[in-house]
Amino acid sequence: MTGPAIGPRAPGALESVATSAVTADRPRRNWGSPWAWIIFLIGVLYFTVPLIATFIISMRAKPLFAAYTNSFADPRFFSSLIYSFVIGLITVALSIALIVPTAYWVRLRAPRLRPFVEFITLLPFVIPPVVLVFGLIRAYSRPPLPFTNTDIGSSALLVFAYIVLSLPYMYRSVDSGLRAIDIRTLTEAAQSMGAGWFTILVRIILPNLRVALLSGAFLSLAIVIGEFTMAVYLARPAFGPYLALLGANRTYEPAAVSLISFGVTWLAMIAIALIGRGSRTRIQVGGAH
Amino acid sequence: MTFLELTGVQKRFGDVAAVEDFNLAAERGEFVSFLGPSGCGKTTTLRMIAGFELPTHGSIVIDDVDVTHRPPNQRNVGMVFQSYALFPNMTVAGNIGFGLRVRKRPSAQIAKRVSELLALIHLEDRGNRYPYQLSGGQQQRVALARALAFEPQVLLLDEPLSALDAKIRIVLRKEIRTIQRQLGITTVYVTHDQEEALSLSDRVVVMSEGRIEQIGAPADIYNFPATPFVASFVGTLNLLAAKVIDGGEGRISVDGQEIRSAKPITDAHDGSTVTIALRPESIELGEGGGVNRLRGVVEDTSFLGSIVRIRVRLPESQTTLSLDTFNDPNLDPPAIDETVTLSFPREACLVIGSGPAPVVDVVAGA
Repeated sequence: MTGPAIGPRAPGALESVATSAVTADRPRRNWGSPWAWIIFLIGVLYFTVPLIATFIISMRAKPLFAAYTNSFADPRFFSSLIYSFVIGLITVALSIALIVPTAYWVRLRAPRLRPFVEFITLLPFVIPPVVLVFGLIRAYSRPPLPFTNTDIGSSALLVFAYIVLSLPYMYRSVDSGLRAIDIRTLTEAAQSMGAGWFTILVRIILPNLRVALLSGAFLSLAIVIGEFTMAVYLARPAFGPYLALLGANRTYEPAAVSLISFGVTWLAMIAIALIGRGSRTRIQVGGAH
Repeated sequence: MTFLELTGVQKRFGDVAAVEDFNLAAERGEFVSFLGPSGCGKTTTLRMIAGFELPTHGSIVIDDVDVTHRPPNQRNVGMVFQSYALFPNMTVAGNIGFGLRVRKRPSAQIAKRVSELLALIHLEDRGNRYPYQLSGGQQQRVALARALAFEPQVLLLDEPLSALDAKIRIVLRKEIRTIQRQLGITTVYVTHDQEEALSLSDRVVVMSEGRIEQIGAPADIYNFPATPFVASFVGTLNLLAAKVIDGGEGRISVDGQEIRSAKPITDAHDGSTVTIALRPESIELGEGGGVNRLRGVVEDTSFLGSIVRIRVRLPESQTTLSLDTFNDPNLDPPAIDETVTLSFPREACLVIGSGPAPVVDVVAGA
């Protein structure tokens, strides 16, 4: 059997073909339409101009950075921030304990109740915080549950109010996290191996909801740290009332404190993104290969 | 001795009966397959054994203990799912050892058992990997090891190979059977793939519309189908309407041509119509295949690799029937519209029911 004859070729013949092919195939860089860039620029300005303006105002204090040093020097700044942060953490922990089993059970056993539960979790958007807090004060300032009579009781009431306030964010995060995993099959697999409900929740469901829980937790934390109405009516030394007080009495410090709290929030968001990126690829339940 | 026993099991979802009057007695170490089309109730029955569904009526007994009302985590039944259902947050070793950790076994014992099972599924070096780092076949092996780790009394497999490609399916099928024989564990396997059921099982339960159509050894199911449904669902089968000439002698007429069945026809009187079943592989082209002969016209030929399937139309009733011949490179298949004679032995002619040939709503297997 004879194959095709292979003759001599001109030096560089193949290379020149290859080079021209590369040149022809090189994709043209697509910069997008000018309108897209204009809209993008407007978006960037919309977000950055207020921040830059706030920063400029905060820098008017003399000497330079005085607004920031004054804020850090005020003991109420840290005490209110820490108070709100601790209240926020307790809120997040109790929210998770309440919402994860509820959302899990609704998805697994009572899917028909889902619209109803979703409606309940949306109520904080409908009921103004001032109505909620007055209702709480009226209900819990007298026996049998006189929460407002003590500091701890008032703080507990604030946590309960914040749990209600964080319901929409936490429930949605948890629900979308549950949607991403096949909870029914994972639950049945764990049950067939002898696991009870508590083990399933703690060892299977919660670890697989890590990213969803983190995003719900940070959203709740951000809301709780800046919340004003409930904290002020319950007379709690929280960060929201402190900011309002600062705004009423100082000129440049409120701008500095706003930027600091903005920075803290962004750090939290970056933390979510980093933690989420680390675990996203691990969540995969069968059938993909 | 019966190890797994289902007695009069029924499951209703509202007005719909998913499973009706299901009775099964499986021996210790037996491999039983539930075979049937989608919606026939095979998975529901399996889920009742696992404890995920509660029977509306009937009882489920494992090793003389009635487990009908026991929750799934107290049954000691291992289950393998179609979608693997490995825990994404745990490594392979973590997944396999989960059942033992739940049972609070000592760490050393868990590590030893995990190593044994990793060796059993040939994944010794994958213990520290996460499920997403494994192929589908490897994931299903891990799921099998996980279901076996805590030494369950019964192993349940719910279409475990459906999500895998054909080659891996065949390899894994053999592995499942080898491991099952090695461990001697009573196994119930749900599948809609007749080849899987026939090749793996000691016994096959063919189901349709929530009812058992036939229980038997694979060869019995294939060679002696009890109902038209089994005949048409298991393997490819020709179902033909025939008129009884002399039932006692097994004389019947197909398309006006007389043939004989091996057994006398007792449940239909002379002159009535019955359904007969003929396997394509038992019919021969020409006159050398047996005493029964039918003449027809070639309608189509299909090349299936080692086999050539020929479809022949009977002239009077316009019924078509298929026959398989081995592919012989030196012989051309008959031409379309050529008149041919088909022959088959009396034993190949199965009378499977009275009345005309039914239209069975399934795709007959290849």
